[in-house]
Amino acid sequence: MAETQRPLSPHLQIYRKQVQMMTSITHRATGVALAVGSLLVVYGLLQLAAGEGSFNSFRHLMGNPVGVILLLGWSWALFFHLCNGIRHLIQDAGLGYEIPQFVRSSWLSVAGSVVLTVLVWAYVLMAGGAA
Amino acid sequence: MSAKDTGVEDRRDPMKIARGLGSAQSGVDHWWVQRLTAAALVLLGIWFVVIVLRLLHADYATARAAVAQPWNALLLIAFVLTMFWHAVLGLQVVIEDYVHTRWKEVVLLVAIKFLAVLGALAGVLAVLRIALTP
Repeated sequence: MAETQRPLSPHLQIYRKQVQMMTSITHRATGVALAVGSLLVVYGLLQLAAGEGSFNSFRHLMGNPVGVILLLGWSWALFFHLCNGIRHLIQDAGLGYEIPQFVRSSWLSVAGSVVLTVLVWAYVLMAGGAA
Repeated sequence: MSAKDTGVEDRRDPMKIARGLGSAQSGVDHWWVQRLTAAALVLLGIWFVVIVLRLLHADYATARAAVAQPWNALLLIAFVLTMFWHAVLGLQVVIEDYVHTRWKEVVLLVAIKFLAVLGALAGVLAVLRIALTP
């Protein structure tokens, strides 16, 4: 790929910033982050299977400030990927392709992910903090 | 079957014949399975968040008992398998798009598949150990 010199199509910097660009690249970025997070899910299950000591140290690990910040990031990534993923599934069905709809649904994904993240962490705080 | 055998002119592009790349019969597989696992993960993902929140302050015995519940064990295994499958399909596209050195691309594509299979097997094994150990 890199060895052939062909003219390139206009790339990112030529375009005005638009929300659909941001949701598109964020969808990929959150997807990669969640793929890493999947290892944490498995690690948690393994620690639960390993016994009480392992499980408690896992909870202790996730309950410290760094763990909570990571969980906060992962939860938002999950909700964004979820909302925007549903948006993509709807678009795959051929709906919502008018430009105003496209822009609006992008913002809906962003707003939905923030709302869900806030709701979940409000619940966590009300239930007495993480872990 | 070549044109010589049938007497019918082969109308395929000569380059296509040379490369041996005809229809692979699975052109939309990647796309379709990505959507299929996505749809499953909408449901399984929400379920997983709910169960994690419900076990937020559960002690070890309660958490273990919850995972050992037949339905929870079943759905957890489904979640783990679907999650890794979807992750591999997504990471594959990201690698194909952004890694332009062929050998690095291939190494990464193989590595994520190995890792995902290991992760999925480890997750399933953990749930089974919890569910089947009295």
